[in-house]
Amino acid sequence: MLTTKKNLKTTNAITVRFAGDSGDGMQLAGDQFTDTAAAMGNDFATLPDFPAEIRAPAGTLPGVSSFQIQFSESIIFTPGDQADVLVAMNPAALKVNIPNVKKGGLIIVNESAFTEMALRKATWQGNPLEDQTLRDFQVLKVPLSELTKNALKDQPLKLTEVERCKNFFALGMLFWLYNRSMEHTLNWVQKKFAKRPELAAGNVTAIKAGYNFADITETLPVQYEIKKAQLESGVYRKITGNQALAIGLVTAASLANKTLLYGSYPITPASDILHYLSSYKHYGVKTFQAEDEIAACGVALGASFGGQIGVTGTSGPGICLKAEMMNLAVMAELPLIVIDVQRGGPSTGMPTKTEQTDLLQVLYGRNGESPICVLAPKTPADCFTMAVEAVRLAMKYMTPVVLLSEGNLANGAEPWKLPVLEDLPKIEVKHPTASNAPFMPYLRDPQTLARPWAVPGTPGLEHRIGGLSKADVSGNVSYDPENNQKMIRLRAEKIRRIVQDIPELTVEGPQSGDLLVLGWGGSYGPVFQAVSNLSDEGTRVSQAHLSHLNPFPKNLESILSKFKKILVPELNMGHLLVLLRSQFPGHTFVGYHKVQGQPFKSAELMEEIKRHL
Amino acid sequence: MSAENLVPKVEGKVPFTKEDFESGQEVRWCPGCGDYAILAVMQRTLAKFSIPRENYVFISGIGCSSRFPYYMNNYGFHTIHGRAPTIASGLRCVNPNLVVWVITGDGDALSIGGNHLIHAMRRNLNINIVLVNNRIYGLTKGQYSPTSEMGKVTKSSPLGSIDQPINPLSIALASEATFVARTVDSDPKHMGYVFERAMQHKGTSFIEIYQNCIIFNDKAFVPVTGRENRDDRAVYLEHEKPLIYGKARDRAIRIKGLKPEVVELAKGEAARDDLLIHNEREEDPSYAYLLSHFTYPELPVPLGVLRAVQRPVYDELLDQQVEEAIKRKSKGSIKDLVYGAETWTVA
Repeated sequence: MLTTKKNLKTTNAITVRFAGDSGDGMQLAGDQFTDTAAAMGNDFATLPDFPAEIRAPAGTLPGVSSFQIQFSESIIFTPGDQADVLVAMNPAALKVNIPNVKKGGLIIVNESAFTEMALRKATWQGNPLEDQTLRDFQVLKVPLSELTKNALKDQPLKLTEVERCKNFFALGMLFWLYNRSMEHTLNWVQKKFAKRPELAAGNVTAIKAGYNFADITETLPVQYEIKKAQLESGVYRKITGNQALAIGLVTAASLANKTLLYGSYPITPASDILHYLSSYKHYGVKTFQAEDEIAACGVALGASFGGQIGVTGTSGPGICLKAEMMNLAVMAELPLIVIDVQRGGPSTGMPTKTEQTDLLQVLYGRNGESPICVLAPKTPADCFTMAVEAVRLAMKYMTPVVLLSEGNLANGAEPWKLPVLEDLPKIEVKHPTASNAPFMPYLRDPQTLARPWAVPGTPGLEHRIGGLSKADVSGNVSYDPENNQKMIRLRAEKIRRIVQDIPELTVEGPQSGDLLVLGWGGSYGPVFQAVSNLSDEGTRVSQAHLSHLNPFPKNLESILSKFKKILVPELNMGHLLVLLRSQFPGHTFVGYHKVQGQPFKSAELMEEIKRHL
Repeated sequence: MSAENLVPKVEGKVPFTKEDFESGQEVRWCPGCGDYAILAVMQRTLAKFSIPRENYVFISGIGCSSRFPYYMNNYGFHTIHGRAPTIASGLRCVNPNLVVWVITGDGDALSIGGNHLIHAMRRNLNINIVLVNNRIYGLTKGQYSPTSEMGKVTKSSPLGSIDQPINPLSIALASEATFVARTVDSDPKHMGYVFERAMQHKGTSFIEIYQNCIIFNDKAFVPVTGRENRDDRAVYLEHEKPLIYGKARDRAIRIKGLKPEVVELAKGEAARDDLLIHNEREEDPSYAYLLSHFTYPELPVPLGVLRAVQRPVYDELLDQQVEEAIKRKSKGSIKDLVYGAETWTVA
């Protein structure tokens, strides 16, 4: 490695964005950059942003795949609003991503890809590298494809294989720019291509060539250093929301001493949960790839009926199909976990993009009076905690629980401070056994109103349940008018009583004042960043965040009453907003809505907050 | 049937009584409904096996026959329209000790639940599916069903149905079902035999029962399976025996090219050696498919076990994968799962 005499500056946080064709290996380069940030002790958050098409036509705007990471010396909660550095592998990637780069930021373009044809495909009029289009940015034109080809000219690789190494050339350049260690990625390459040593050698050469090129080129005069972040002490790993959910479910099953059966039908962006769980068979996990969303929910409910943990996972369109089965679980009063990784809608919508548009669907999208418990994780790592919480509540209250994740939580990664396993409370489950009294399947626990969970195979407790209206206590089919209303009230009251089992809402910042920003789910990070930035500037504003959407924490109203106005930012057109307005009239709520398939940026929230002060 | 013995049937003495399997709930089918006979035969059949009643689970969808679980003194789940096989599958996957019965109808299984039915059978889960076929929608008061004949005049088809009916047995065979049988509500003895065979079969058992809906489709099956007709118009299948039928047992089936034909034995139309011999263990489903399309008046309608073959069972394979993964990687602990990745420590 050459030693550099260039300037080394330290900086607090950097946002990098890789962008290219969906076959250019941008997600892979981003993952490696992220792993290195983790290995070097930075805090980080990532935002993979890719098209629904597996290989959209090369060089077109819809085919652009991007990966953004913010890594930092201080604690951060978002993948960054705009990038300090954009790597654009072709004219389409440049065109799509210019709005995602800070003014004055650095754009590294693969000059080799800026051919006339490629420019036309990306609908450029003229060549942005030669006109004034990029005048607000520093531009570094690098013939990435040619340089990679030159670096690998003596290696026994096919031309297509050489071409695929250019993402690592770019990665090498960024490693130099941010004074990163290459060790993690070099080890990864050796492991990944253990059976193809020539590919391993090619990728190693490409990454080192990129590193050295950045070192000697005169257009990169400064190298930046981002020190270790002062995270809370503990053991950490990098985690995405989907993996955290999978691990959380297995952990919950273990805490409850139950078998986990996960029924699912592949759907973006939830499929990875199925992939992870099906690789966890040696933990005793059973997975069932069903014929459709309905069956996936049915097998999960069948497992719960059988006394184990039934979980199904999907995205919004799948929830439409599961609604009937979720309603049966409400009526039969069986535990069931339904994971909804929300994506852009309605209908097929934008499968790979993020939204928070299923809240009202999961609360109200079923026939009849059908109260259901709804939870929402706030960060990728929080998906672990909320998965355990969902299982705990479902079993204790004999109810389906919906876990509302989001596309950007599912695929986004952050450091996860690993729980001390011994501290996780056991999930106590009691199944009845026969006594002298006849068994009453709907005789409720006086405190939780949960009915007994009698497992088929238990002698003396033979009973029948179903979707028909049933008599209180005995559970026999009943069309008695008064009884029907009583049962509807009891099921609603049971869900309300979950409030006794969930934490109270807390306020970050001043405990009273003019403005509270109240969010839910994945908006936590950007809201936190916006509120803390404004607080640093001396603005008086507070944040509270709902992880429990039904029931709400019991002190919600008392917190609302301490603020003159409550701003509710959501990636929808006002779902939480209508709930709050109807349940807590007399408070002033304003919504802030975004449905562009992208998470909130802190900057837009800061502006919105200021408008209300 | 020695190869496929799954559950022990006690020979000689009957371990339980029919009453042991009666839930005591008032049965609310129409007087004269064929479901009464099916219920009684099921209760009598279960009494013959040394399996305690808590180990049976009856799961149904929606329709007249789907009320069945309420009347059985076992565990029961009256679920939603067409979805019973999914719940039965999930249950079976977490508990191998239960004997799971799915009770369904022609609308429930073949219309709204068609998808679940075929997938349950291709997976070959260890469950028994009873399809009560009356060729009509009873609970919704008389619309045509997917098994109603073309031209059927009903409330929703006043000018006659224009839907081609489907054949439950053919659907089962196309779905690679390993046990496929047909019986009739008016022949309790034969029904009992078929139920016993289904209990003893490992894998999904599919049984079609011709059932009479006295209100909306009365006597639909009488021309074929009525007591006075069935000897001449149906053929009872027996493994390794020729397909001989008729009151005088004077008719049989012979295959000519790809086509079955009726031969009159008395007239000496065929030698014994030329007759079609039933083989329920034939791996190739083409033979059973051919049988499934025997229709009166051209051919006698087959009753009995069309197909009974062995194939790996989904729930057992699922358990095996778990066991093998544990053997290969050793049983995972939560500590491995949570901490077993690249980690770093912040002091």
